[in-house]
Amino acid sequence: MSSQHVKRVDLIFEKIECRDVLKKIVDMEPDAISQEILDSDLKGRGGAGFPTGLKWRFAAKEKESIKYIICNADEGEPGTFKDREILDQVPGKVFCGMAIAGKAIGAKMGYVYLRGEYKFLIPKLNKELIEFHKTMDEFNQNFRIQIRLGSGAYICGEESALFESMEGKRGEPRNKPPYPTTSGLFGKPTVINNVETLVHTVMIMNYGAAHFRELGTKDSRGSKVFSISGDTPKAGIYELELGMTVDEFVNDFGDGDTKAVQVGGASGFCVPRKKFDETIIGFEGVPTGGSMKLFNSSRSMYNVLHNYLDFFTEESCGQCTPCRVGCQQLLKGVEAVKQGEKNSKYLDELVKLAKTMKRASKCGLGQSVGNAFGSIVENFKEEIIY
Amino acid sequence: MVSLSVNGMLVKVPEGTTILDAAKKMNFRIPTLCQHDDLCVAGNCRVCVVEQLGAKSLVAACAVPVSEGMQILTNSLKVRSARKHIIELLLSEHNADCTKCYKNGMCELQNLSNEFAVGDHIFIDLNTIKEYTIDRFSPSIQKDDSKCIRCQRCVRTCEQLQGVNALTVAFKGDQQRITTFEDLSMAEVICTNCGQCINRCPTGALVERTYLDEVWDAILDPTKHVVVQTAPAVRVGLGEELGFEPGKRVTGQMVAALKRLGFDSVLDTDFTADLTIMEEGTELLTRLKRALVDKDSDVALPMTTSCSPGWVKFIEHTFPEYLPNVSSCKSPQQMFGALAKTYYADVRKLDPKDIVSVSIMPCTAKKYEANRPEMRSSGYKDVDYVLTTRELARMIKQAGVDFNMLKEDKYDSIMGASSGAGVIFGATGGVMEAALRTAYEIVTGREVPFENLNITPVRGMEGVRQASVLIEDCKEEWSFLNGVELKCAVAHGLVNARELMDGVKSGEINVHFIEVMACPGGCLGGGGQPIPTNEEIRRKRTEAIYAEDMSMEVRKSHENPEIISIYKEFLGEPLGHKSHELLHTHYTERVRY
Ligand SMILES: Cc1cc2nc3c(=O)[nH]c(=O)nc-3n(C[C@H](O)[C@H](O)[C@H](O)COP(=O)(O)O)c2cc1C
Ligand code: SF4
Repeated sequence: MSSQHVKRVDLIFEKIECRDVLKKIVDMEPDAISQEILDSDLKGRGGAGFPTGLKWRFAAKEKESIKYIICNADEGEPGTFKDREILDQVPGKVFCGMAIAGKAIGAKMGYVYLRGEYKFLIPKLNKELIEFHKTMDEFNQNFRIQIRLGSGAYICGEESALFESMEGKRGEPRNKPPYPTTSGLFGKPTVINNVETLVHTVMIMNYGAAHFRELGTKDSRGSKVFSISGDTPKAGIYELELGMTVDEFVNDFGDGDTKAVQVGGASGFCVPRKKFDETIIGFEGVPTGGSMKLFNSSRSMYNVLHNYLDFFTEESCGQCTPCRVGCQQLLKGVEAVKQGEKNSKYLDELVKLAKTMKRASKCGLGQSVGNAFGSIVENFKEEIIY
Repeated sequence: MVSLSVNGMLVKVPEGTTILDAAKKMNFRIPTLCQHDDLCVAGNCRVCVVEQLGAKSLVAACAVPVSEGMQILTNSLKVRSARKHIIELLLSEHNADCTKCYKNGMCELQNLSNEFAVGDHIFIDLNTIKEYTIDRFSPSIQKDDSKCIRCQRCVRTCEQLQGVNALTVAFKGDQQRITTFEDLSMAEVICTNCGQCINRCPTGALVERTYLDEVWDAILDPTKHVVVQTAPAVRVGLGEELGFEPGKRVTGQMVAALKRLGFDSVLDTDFTADLTIMEEGTELLTRLKRALVDKDSDVALPMTTSCSPGWVKFIEHTFPEYLPNVSSCKSPQQMFGALAKTYYADVRKLDPKDIVSVSIMPCTAKKYEANRPEMRSSGYKDVDYVLTTRELARMIKQAGVDFNMLKEDKYDSIMGASSGAGVIFGATGGVMEAALRTAYEIVTGREVPFENLNITPVRGMEGVRQASVLIEDCKEEWSFLNGVELKCAVAHGLVNARELMDGVKSGEINVHFIEVMACPGGCLGGGGQPIPTNEEIRRKRTEAIYAEDMSMEVRKSHENPEIISIYKEFLGEPLGHKSHELLHTHYTERVRY
């Protein structure tokens, strides 16, 4: 076991002059902006990992006069708390990223959809917004940003549920297609990006795509801000280069007794010790929106799983069958197995059910319940049964 | 056109077609639950998932439009196992006491469960864990959440077709359910009792409040004289519940069946529909006279119809400032009820306390209407029990009457004679047309200037329709109407009624007379009619209604011989003293929340 540190990066929180970046982009061709982002290979940091440049280009192609940029600051994934820090430390960079996206697709209006619990950030954000709008005026740009507050439902971080919520409706995911870039907020072409994604675009426009690509791997370029929690002496927020193995990560952040790491929060995967060195943290391995939770041998993986299932059972929007009922069945099912009311074979039925949920659920929530479920049951079967 | 393959077979369909419809074209039926032709796509039950080769997950056939080169499998291993799981999941959350359920045998979930031979019950029963109480407070609608599968058809119906929004989705996750404002009972909210939600509920979660036992008890009670009235739309719907294709007219068989069930007298709501025309037509002309001759600025115009109880409750909640505009006429059902226990009792020498008045309606709101406190002008409850078309079919089955073999029979008299004008009350635009046939003739002495009396501009399925008739060469006493272009508007489905009333409010729509029917297509698409419903079925029922009209000897309300004699023998004249006492009513402003 080496005690080498995983490479620390300081891009997201680096204090730069946003004015300079804005000044640079106001004279650029919109398509050149999308191209630069495309060249960087930046993939969305909100979890799904869609190529950001491509998303912008799709929206840019739409021939609507009204388009929107939305910064997804709902940050509801359990164990994720990096967007809060970004908004707190470098709010100007977030707005700058929105302006860049706005310029690229031809949007004049941007919204920050802020997690309800982050209400305390509003005064700070508004103060920063005044400065931002002044700068926009100075450069003769009529791009404006407003802040909208969520109300505490995890599902409202899902892009289409977020639109519904912003439109004053119940936050339920929509059918796709159409995708947001064609029909998003109020049916208009919309680019929705995670807070961190937007800040990355600022740095890409600042230092160039090549600079961004210097870090990371073929499938996972650049760096990423991680929210590290659980059984670790070093809980907190770290920007790390993508492409490390879980083993490397645990060597740096573990407490010497790490038995599993939940990568990507409740909707992510649980990686057991025996797979640490073969598992890459990134889009080629296990992707993460930033949450890394370490568990040591004192933890019951049954409790961990139960906790996640409890979360999903409550946070499913409830509209579609596989997710609404599936979550309840998984939860009640593992309880029944634990209590001996169902025999261990029943877990196989549940694993099949989780597969159906992955294939047939309407949105990413239901589709990813099986990630934690499948990986915990597969690797910690004894702990679930006995 | 887009080409794709469904189960290996190539098909070309227009752009925008859903996978569901493309498959249907190839004669592959994909099962659905939340999908309904009348409603926007929800894509939430997931029963219709199919495999799209190359796609990461399964796709909902109802929600995804076809794309070029798409390869769809509707029955692959993945599809089958997912579908079976989904049905199992729904059943695990469902109160599956099928044999005791009101919808037993008519439940879409039950059918699916049957089709997929779901018998393993692999999952844990979640239904018994949760606590449910059945909402039986409304006289029209019974809501049982334990049977609800959260397809949201009812919510979409109430919002998109009716613009009422009495039902909504609340809470999330395992707590998610369909409820009302503040969880109040259906009797306490802005529900109009139209029953359109019932028509689209795939399970037994929303059903009518049934009064079958009460009616049987009355029939079997030798001291009671039970009269039954049948609404116009019932005769073009009932057949569907008894094995006929939509659009089949079964008037004569229905009458024969009712007689076999033991009703003492089988009478026709069409008779009081004709009577409504006499009263309402006169009321309109009187209002016009007050406006045009007396220059009375207090007179409320446009006047709206009042025969649809769903519409009446809607306007009481939503546009109470327009209540003076609503015709004071009771609905044909209630006119009938009031006369059954007065006029009819007199003629038949019966004590009204021994009469039980039953009506067969295409409507659930009629159940509520019959229970309004003001509907007792005979001194008794004017209409004792209201049954829907569906309940009548059930009665016929219960009594073992072989409906298909029945010979046509005729309505009894008195109050059994009707005109074609009374019949078309069952279709949207029908009241307007019937009123015009009579009013025009009263005023000018001539028939309406439309071929065969068919006033086609007020017919059709458009949500809001406007038409006008120029009045010329009036009779002496109506000369003030000379040269007046009588303008009218028709709306069906309350979402359209709202649009129409908003237009009236803003001044955009400027008419004299408005007909509103709460239900899509009018009464023939009512909340008490056979299930399923869709535009095609409603169109067929509409055709049947107009065919029935054409087949009638008398086509105008004022020429109905029984109408002529009831005025001569009992009522005196339209809007006369007796009419006011028995046939007219008033309305109540109601809160929205
Ligand atoms: C249930 C659910 C919750 C989500 N919550 C968030 C969130 O809180 N923040 C976020 O950025 N993306 C969230 N997403 C992902 C968004 O739908 C969307 O993919 C993302 O905002 C796109 O931005 P990106 O491309 O920059 O990652 C969530 C997705 C799902 C299915
Ligand atoms: S998967 Fe879950 S959260 Fe997503 S639409 Fe279905 S019920 Fe709602």
